[in-house]
Amino acid sequence: MMRAILGVFLLSLMAFSQADEAPPTAQDPVLEARLNHLAKELRCLVCQNETLADSRADLALDLRREVRDKMRQGMSDAQIKDYLTQRYGDFVLYRPPVKSATWLLWFGPFLILIAAIAGLTYFLKRRRKVLEEIPLSAEETARLKSLLHSENKQA
Amino acid sequence: MLRFLAPFAVFVALIIFFAIGLTRDPREIPSPLINQPAPTFTLQQLQVPAKQFSPADMRGQVWLFNVWASWCVSCREEHPVFVELAKRNLVPIVGLNYKDQRPDALQWLTQFGNPYVLSVTDFDGRIGIDYGVYGVPETYVIDKQGVIRMKHIGPVTPQILQDKILPKVQELSK
Amino acid sequence: MIPELGHFALILALTLALAQGILPLIGAATNQTNFMAVARPAAQGQFVFVAIAFACLAYAFLVNDFSVQYVATNSNTRLPAQYRFAAVWGGHEGSILLWTLTLSVWTLLVTLFSRHLPQEMAARVLGVMGLISVGFLLFMLLVSNPFDRLIPAAMEGRDLNPLLQDPGMVIHPPILYIGYVGFSVAFAFALAALMGGRLDAAWARWSRPWTTAAWMFLTLGIALGSWWAYYELGWGGWWFWDPVENASFLPWLVGTALIHSLAVTEKRGTFKSWTVLLAITAFSLSLLGTFLVRSGVLTSVHAFATDPKRGVFILIFLAIVIGASLLLFAWRAPKVGLGGKFALISRETFLLANNVLLLVATGAVLLGTLYPLFIDALDLGKISVGPPYFDAVFMPLMAPAIFLMGIGPFARWKEQSLPELAKRLKWAFGVALISALLMPLIIGKWTPLISFGLLLAFWVIAAGVYGVWSRLAQTPGVMLSRIAKQTPSWWGMQLAHLGIAIFIIGVTLVKGYETENDVRMNIGSTVTMNNYVFTFRGATQQAGPNYQAWVGDVEISKNGKLVTTMHPEKRNYLATGMAMTEAAIDAGITRDLYVALGEPLENGAWSVRVYHKPFVDWIWGGCVLMALGGLLAISDRRYRLHQRSAKASDALPVGSQA
Repeated sequence: MMRAILGVFLLSLMAFSQADEAPPTAQDPVLEARLNHLAKELRCLVCQNETLADSRADLALDLRREVRDKMRQGMSDAQIKDYLTQRYGDFVLYRPPVKSATWLLWFGPFLILIAAIAGLTYFLKRRRKVLEEIPLSAEETARLKSLLHSENKQA
Repeated sequence: MLRFLAPFAVFVALIIFFAIGLTRDPREIPSPLINQPAPTFTLQQLQVPAKQFSPADMRGQVWLFNVWASWCVSCREEHPVFVELAKRNLVPIVGLNYKDQRPDALQWLTQFGNPYVLSVTDFDGRIGIDYGVYGVPETYVIDKQGVIRMKHIGPVTPQILQDKILPKVQELSK
Repeated sequence: MIPELGHFALILALTLALAQGILPLIGAATNQTNFMAVARPAAQGQFVFVAIAFACLAYAFLVNDFSVQYVATNSNTRLPAQYRFAAVWGGHEGSILLWTLTLSVWTLLVTLFSRHLPQEMAARVLGVMGLISVGFLLFMLLVSNPFDRLIPAAMEGRDLNPLLQDPGMVIHPPILYIGYVGFSVAFAFALAALMGGRLDAAWARWSRPWTTAAWMFLTLGIALGSWWAYYELGWGGWWFWDPVENASFLPWLVGTALIHSLAVTEKRGTFKSWTVLLAITAFSLSLLGTFLVRSGVLTSVHAFATDPKRGVFILIFLAIVIGASLLLFAWRAPKVGLGGKFALISRETFLLANNVLLLVATGAVLLGTLYPLFIDALDLGKISVGPPYFDAVFMPLMAPAIFLMGIGPFARWKEQSLPELAKRLKWAFGVALISALLMPLIIGKWTPLISFGLLLAFWVIAAGVYGVWSRLAQTPGVMLSRIAKQTPSWWGMQLAHLGIAIFIIGVTLVKGYETENDVRMNIGSTVTMNNYVFTFRGATQQAGPNYQAWVGDVEISKNGKLVTTMHPEKRNYLATGMAMTEAAIDAGITRDLYVALGEPLENGAWSVRVYHKPFVDWIWGGCVLMALGGLLAISDRRYRLHQRSAKASDALPVGSQA
C-alpha cells in the first residue's frame, strides 16, 4: 500500500519535474572542492586508516564541518592544518611535516638510492678487477666459446 | 665476509623495533594538549540548562574532566569506577556530555548514577574537537592553574585509576 | 564432532610436517637415502590433513555450526552460501588456515614436479617448506585455533563484516595467498642451494618457473584487491598505500627483481649470491606482511581484532625463519663464485640496475610503512605516513626503472656499445616523446605530469614494438612461423612489459582527467559529464538476503540515446547494522561511469556522487597482461626439456649450461 502511494507520488513528481540539471550537494561548490582537496591529506582519527575526505564516521563529519567553517572565516590551508595539529598532533597529517624526526623518512629513500648506486659501482669495479686477475682455464675458455655460440643462436 | 652479514644486521634491527612496537597501541594517539592550558568554553549545564559552566570556575582545584555519552558503550564500562570515586570525595569530576540528546543523557544518569559535580552539554561536538576528543570515553586531569596534565583515552579501569590517575591528582594537589 | 575432526587433522598435519621438516634435512646432510625419502610421502600426507581441516571448517560454516567460536563470530544464518564459504577466511584464524593450505598445495606441487631433481635437493626443498608449515600449524594450534568451541553455542552468528560480503572476497584472498605463499618455493630452493653449496645455473633454472608462477598469482591477487577496493569502498580510489596493501606490494617488487635476476643467473651464471638473497627477501617480506597484518602493530583498513600472544608468536617465528636463513646466507654466500665476465655496458648491468632500483623502491615503501612504528618505538610521538608521501617518493624512484625497461631487452649479454644502442632506439624514443607531448593537447588538458606519465608508457610500448618487429624481421619464414619461432618466455617478457605500459597509461589518464560531481538529485534531474547525461529516476527499497537496500535508478544517455541504466545501492546489513555503499559501475575500455548513492534527502531526492573515470580499467588490464606474460613464460618448453635432461646436466660441472 505504502509503496503504491509512494509510486503515485513519484510519478506525479516526475510529471512535474522536467530534466533539470541537478545542483551540487554543497552550498558552496568551490569551497567544497577546496575542502575535499585538503581533506584528502588529513587522517580520520577514529577510523582504521581513512582520509577525512573518504570517511563517513561521525567525527569526520564534524571535523569537515569545522574545517569548512574555518575556510569560510578565511583561514588558509596551512592555518587549518595547524589548528588540527594543535588538537590532534601530527597524526592527522598524511603528509608528515619535514622536521628532525622525519628527516630520515623524507630523505631516506634518496639516501638509499645514493648508497645503492655507490654499492653497485663499487661491486662492478671490484668484480672486473677480481675477474681480470684470474685467467680463464682452457676448459673455461672452451665453455665460454660454446656459451657464446649457443647465446648467439638463442638471442 | 662482513658485507654478507649486513642483511642479517638490518633484520635484527627491524625485529627489535617490532618487539617494541608490539607493546604499543597504534590506535592511542598522544594528545598535544598535555601541559597546555585547557581550552576555554562556556557551555550550558546538562541538568540546569539555564546555568553555565566554564573551566575557569574550577581554578584553584585539581579536577577530572570526563567525556561521556549515553550512546557510548564503553562509558557504561567505566561509569561504576567514577561512581565509586565520587563517593570517596577525592577529586571533583566534571562531565562533558558529548554529542548526545538531553533526555537520553538525563535518563542515563538516573539509571547508572551521577558521579559528576556537574555535566556540560556539547551537543554539536565543537568543544570535543577543541579538546582533541576522538574516541569516547576520554578523561583529562586538569591542575589548579587550569593546565591539562594528563589524558586517558578509553574506559578508566579501577587499576588505571589507582596507578595512573589518582597519583597524578595527589601530586598536583600538593 | 566435525570441528574436533578438523582440530585432530591439524595435529596430524603437524606431526607429518615435523617429519617432513626434520628427517629429509638430516638425511641430506648425512647422505641417508631412506631419511630423504620421507619428504614426499610426508608432504603429501600433510596436504591431505590440512585439506581435511579446511573442509571441516568450511562444513561448519555451511551448516551454521555456531558452537564453533570462529563460525559464530564470522557468519550468520542469513548469510548467502557463497559468502559463508568465503567467511572461512574472513577472520584471523581462518586466514591462517588458508595460508597453511596454500603452503601445503605448493608443497604438493613440488613433490609432483620435482622428480628430475637430485634427491638431496628435493629433500632439502621439501624439508624447508615442512619447517615453515610447522610454524603455521603450531601458530594455529597454540594461539589461533579456528576450531575452538563456544559453550554454550550462540543462537545466531555475528555475521561476516559487510565489507567482505562481496564476490571479491571469494576470490581475492586465495589468489593473493597463492601468490605470496608461492615465494616459499623460491625461498626453499634458495636455502636448499645454500645448504648443499650448489648455487648454480641449474638451481636458477629450477626456481624460475616456480618464482614466475608465484609472481603471476601475486600480480593478479593485488590487482583483484585493488579492483575490489575500487568498486566496494564507494569513493572510486584504487590504491591507498595502506600498510596491508604495501605488505602485498613489497614482495611483488622484490619478486619482480628476483625474476629478472634469476634470468641472469640462469643464462650467465652471475649474480648468484644476489639472486639467492632476493629469493630469501621476497619470502621474508611475505612473512613480514603476515606479521604486520596479524599483530596489529600498524593500523590499517584490514586490521583484525588482535591478541598480543599472536603478535609475539609470529615475531618469534619470523625471527627464527628469516634470521636463520640470513645467517645461512652470510655463511655460505661468500664462497659462491662470480660467474661470467661482462662489460660495464651490457644486459647484465642493465638488469642489475633495474634490480637496484626495484630494491630501492622497496626500501622506500618499507620505510614509509614502518616509519610510524619506528617513531613510536623511539617515543617521538605518533605520525601518519600516507599517500602524499608515497606518491612523492615512489614515482621518482620508479621512473628511471621504467626507462631502463625499454632499453634492457635490446642490450646484448656481456657487452653492448652505447652509441649503437642509442642509434637503434632513437626513433622509438622520438615517437614516444612526440606523442606524449601531443596526446594531452588533443585530449584537452596538458600538464607536465600527464605528459611524463605518457612518455614512460609510450616509450616502453615503442621500444617493445620495435623490438618485436626487428626480432621478427631477422627470423626467416612466413609471419606465422616467425612468431612461433620465438620462445614463449620471450613473448611473455614482451607482454608483461606491455602490461606495465598499459598500467601506466591507466594511472596517468585517470589521475589526470577524472571528473567528479557531488550533486543533489531530485527525481528526474540530470547531471552531465563528458557528454554523458545521468538522469535520476528515484530510489526504491528492496530486501536482500541479509540486508535492506535503497536501490537507485539512474539512466545514462549520450547524444540522446540511452546507454544503460545503473543501480547504485545503499545497504543496511541487518545483523551488524552496518551501512554499505554499493556503487554502480558501467565499465568500458575508454572510461568507467561510476555512481554512488550518498544520503537520502527530502521528497525522494538523494545526494549522489558521479564520476567519469577515463581509462581506469587499463590499470587492471595492464596487471592481467603482466600475469599473462608470466603464464607464457612458465609454459616455455625449455623448462620441461631441461627436466628430462636434468639428470645429464647434473653431471656437468657447476655453472655449466645445457
